[in-house]
Amino acid sequence: MELFRTVNVDWLGKKWYFLGFSLIFSIAGICSMGWHWTHPEGGLRSPVPLGVDFRGGTEVQVQFAQRPDLDAIRQAINAAGIRDARIQTFNDPALNEVLISLPEQHNENALDAGRQQIVDTLRAHYNNHFENSGVKVDVVGPTVGKQLETKAAMATVYSLAGMLIYLWFRFQLIYGVAAVVACFHDTLITVGFFALTNQEISLTVIAAILTLIGYSMNDTIVVFDRIRENLRISRRESLPDVVNRSINQTLSRTVLTSGLTFITVLSLYVFGGQVLKGFSFALVVGILIGTYSSIAVAAPMLVAWQQWRAEKGSTAAVLPAAKRSKA
Amino acid sequence: MKKNLNGRIALIVAVLLIFIYGIFGIPSGFTGKALLASITQRIHLGLDLRGGAHLILQVQVLEAVSQETDDIAGQIQQSLKAASLTFSQVIKPDPKKPEVIQIQGIAPGKSSDVRSLLDSKFSNEYDISGGSDNNFTLTMKPPIEVALEKKTVQQAIETIRDRVDTLGVSEPIIQEYGLGENQILVELPGVEDLDRVKSLIQETARLEIHPVISGPFQDEQAALASVAGNIPPDEEMLHGSGQMASGSDADSVFILQRVPIVAGSDFRSADPSTNPNTGQRNVTFTLTNEAGDKFYDYTSQNVGHSMAVILGNRVREVANIKSAIRDRGEIEGSFSQDEVDILSKMLRTGALPASLVYLEDRTVGASLGADSIKEGVTAAVVGVLLVMAFMLIYYRGSGVNADLALFLNLVILLGFMGFSGATLTLPGIAGVILTIGMGVDSNVLIFERIREEVRAGKAPSAAVDQGFAHAWVTIIDTHVTTIVSAAILFVFGTGPVKGFAVTLTFGLAANLFTAVYVSRLIFEAHLNRLKPGELVSI
Repeated sequence: MELFRTVNVDWLGKKWYFLGFSLIFSIAGICSMGWHWTHPEGGLRSPVPLGVDFRGGTEVQVQFAQRPDLDAIRQAINAAGIRDARIQTFNDPALNEVLISLPEQHNENALDAGRQQIVDTLRAHYNNHFENSGVKVDVVGPTVGKQLETKAAMATVYSLAGMLIYLWFRFQLIYGVAAVVACFHDTLITVGFFALTNQEISLTVIAAILTLIGYSMNDTIVVFDRIRENLRISRRESLPDVVNRSINQTLSRTVLTSGLTFITVLSLYVFGGQVLKGFSFALVVGILIGTYSSIAVAAPMLVAWQQWRAEKGSTAAVLPAAKRSKA
Repeated sequence: MKKNLNGRIALIVAVLLIFIYGIFGIPSGFTGKALLASITQRIHLGLDLRGGAHLILQVQVLEAVSQETDDIAGQIQQSLKAASLTFSQVIKPDPKKPEVIQIQGIAPGKSSDVRSLLDSKFSNEYDISGGSDNNFTLTMKPPIEVALEKKTVQQAIETIRDRVDTLGVSEPIIQEYGLGENQILVELPGVEDLDRVKSLIQETARLEIHPVISGPFQDEQAALASVAGNIPPDEEMLHGSGQMASGSDADSVFILQRVPIVAGSDFRSADPSTNPNTGQRNVTFTLTNEAGDKFYDYTSQNVGHSMAVILGNRVREVANIKSAIRDRGEIEGSFSQDEVDILSKMLRTGALPASLVYLEDRTVGASLGADSIKEGVTAAVVGVLLVMAFMLIYYRGSGVNADLALFLNLVILLGFMGFSGATLTLPGIAGVILTIGMGVDSNVLIFERIREEVRAGKAPSAAVDQGFAHAWVTIIDTHVTTIVSAAILFVFGTGPVKGFAVTLTFGLAANLFTAVYVSRLIFEAHLNRLKPGELVSI
């Protein structure tokens, strides 16, 4: 069985459609992020909803034996004098889970007070109807939240720098820049999706985003590898033709591998449970966009760059074949 | 030309067996239950899968520094008095910088005397400056301060470990938390009642000595009976047991004065020793200067009375006051070596010189953890089955090749986890799933290339050779970039994320072996059996 026996699509000819598509999603994402920025939640400004890892605060997730009465819970919590609590149902309704969150405590000595009060109140009012072992609690103080932010930022910067250096080493600089631009595009749209769907970014989501940056880079490298090989073989074809041919040749491989990885990640999204939802969502979106960007963003950028340089008169519209360590 | 593949086949079988051992160890039986038991022994589950409590505490090390400099300030005062050098006061000018001590109001003309006195006693640990305006400033040398802070954190860790031991938690983790300064990570699998744990840990900070009013009594009724049913407001009833408290292991009740003589941070240290005169074993302890004064006052007025050592709100030891004790004392009794060790350890671990502040706590209930395992494994199984099915449909005979390699990949990955003792977390399971998807990519790369070569008219074995040769570089590229990403995540991530990085790295490393070496071998075995003119099934 073979899906892509003879493909001959003019990819570069469609670059304006691609640009439009990318722009729509990018702008939608940016608008949504802007909206989140101007509507800070609990005093914390952020372009995307942040998970408790970064935001700090208290989150108590409780699983009840029967359907919980949110109003009764709310009254009980208020009566106990707990301020600013947010109470909502959570996850699959059949599981009867409730999430109670409190904003960040600035006084670390009283860090735990909120959690204790909540659990005590719930226990007093609902007694045996919720099991201790069905509880998940997260209390994060400002010190730890800040540390985590710093670490996440450093991890991202090092990752991108590492990628750029690696690409520079294996290809010419322009290839590296095109690949990094494609990665930025992917990250922007993925994070934009989080803003649009109002999902939280936690540390595991950041891990997913870094992984998909690596993945998108892989995809782009495969296409670039083929472009470089074809350039070496035929020096007389026009650049757009070579690039088109390269993409068509690698299309089978690209779609298949992305498809297979996508299947596994989709399985994770559907079956993997609530805790990994953000993580798997990032991967699902990221893999789709990452594949798309190798064809629709990185390659056209390469061609556009060379054509721009050719128009300036400095060189012919030929891509540098670049160094390669072994054939 | 048929190649001799037996050596390579033997190698792969050996690898398979080794990693299966890594997963199961030597199982006690072959039933499902026995195998499951041996897996859970080899592969450690993270808190998010097992359930338990995770705490990050910060040791307030500045308090320890402050204690130390308070003490030194006292010593300075004594030394200056002893040398008849006048001064107006010895203070710590800035509460936010407890490492700085200032001596003010030195008699003019005596500066050099004071200087030489200070130099002789304190210049090892303090930088001494000043002298011109009748003031001297001592600043703790940074290496000394850092060493003190480290020691405080280590002491805190020991204390917490002792307390946690009493909970009977299996495989607790208590260690310095690398991501922050002076922070301790405590992970207690299976613990669900966080309140009990936290109060227990914080209780370790309090070691107290109270005057004993009366006791031991058999139980609370007997104790109440002795005071006609009414305990006065400045006294309290406490339980205790053990040889050193009541002489027996049965629980007894004591009536003590509520206000302690000395407590908590008044203690500086405690060590076992032997009385040179009597050869009896005892415990020597030291108090801070201030506490020493307090203790002296009390003990000199109360010779012949008893005092009780309280730890964790229980009476641990009752001692008779034989003579006035200042800041260095002995707790005597006919102790065995064990008892002495326990007592001094108790005194030492009880003497936490700095308080603990909680920065973060998380608990996951056990049933939630079990749910997570179920969900993760379901997702993995579904993912694997879908991928395997696809490979069979799309690549026919070669699909079997890919599926075998995939299976071996998983075995090696899990075996790695078993051997290395790495922790499996929920994102770790996600990493396994991702490895499956990315691993099979390598097979697709190779197969697509082989198809191209076949279509270009090459003979089967040449096509296979070319397929592997061309795909090799790209496979290396993709694996290296992802492994580098994973390494960065490992360095900067917290527990669950580290778990993800670990499974991803192991999985991709395993994949390099299976996708290339093993797949190649299977192809060659297949080629060996092809009749001339027959094509590879791909």
